[in-house]
Amino acid sequence: MSLFEETNASPKSGEANHKKLSLIAFSGDFDKLTAVFTLATGAAAVGYEVNIFFTFWGLDAIKKKEGRAFIGKGFLPKLFGFFMGGVKAAPVSRLNFGGLSPKIFRYMMRKNNVATLEELIEAAKALGINLYVCEMAMHILGLKKDDFIHEVKDVLGVATFLKISEGGRTLFI
Amino acid sequence: MIHYLDITKEHCPMTFVRTKLKLAQIDKGDILEVLLTEGEPLENVPQSATEQGFKVLNVEQVEGIVYRVTIEK
Repeated sequence: MSLFEETNASPKSGEANHKKLSLIAFSGDFDKLTAVFTLATGAAAVGYEVNIFFTFWGLDAIKKKEGRAFIGKGFLPKLFGFFMGGVKAAPVSRLNFGGLSPKIFRYMMRKNNVATLEELIEAAKALGINLYVCEMAMHILGLKKDDFIHEVKDVLGVATFLKISEGGRTLFI
Repeated sequence: MIHYLDITKEHCPMTFVRTKLKLAQIDKGDILEVLLTEGEPLENVPQSATEQGFKVLNVEQVEGIVYRVTIEK
């Protein structure tokens, strides 16, 4: 169940004073994904149109299976799917200590009343942030659109992403 | 109708997120009273509400660092 009621809060292209932020979520690290979703939700909340293009390890953030699962078509994709895991299996980029650190971070975030990665993702969905999957990375990993959360708007290539992000700011994380 | 939102215990970006989502849920013409703290929330919540076409009716200090911002949708 969503923590937030879904809205149509996201502004549309063509509106006056239109501001846009596009993020390329390349990393599947817990801390970097937290940065992606903090920037994305903050920007959407102050009126930006926000697009996130998930590629390579970043795809882990939006898989339906949040833990480790043998998803993907073929032996190697299944193996990668398992070791990459979903958002619940995301490691931190430094001092991961075999997966202990993300648990400690989540505890510290809750203790300090800071939104956890999962809460930020729920907020991103509620804010109507546009989530896109990189077509190429999806194919390498033997995944299909149905392996991702239903909020994913589309599967895209570079040319379409460039078109979507044109006229705004773009960050690679 | 008046709606209330307390974001004094929230941190960035949830201060903005909760305000935005609440404003999206209420009806046009309704009032939202937001309790927030000085610093970034006080500086930016009224400003971003104005930028998004809402009307900030009042900003008043409640107690210490806590302020009440009244916004009309």
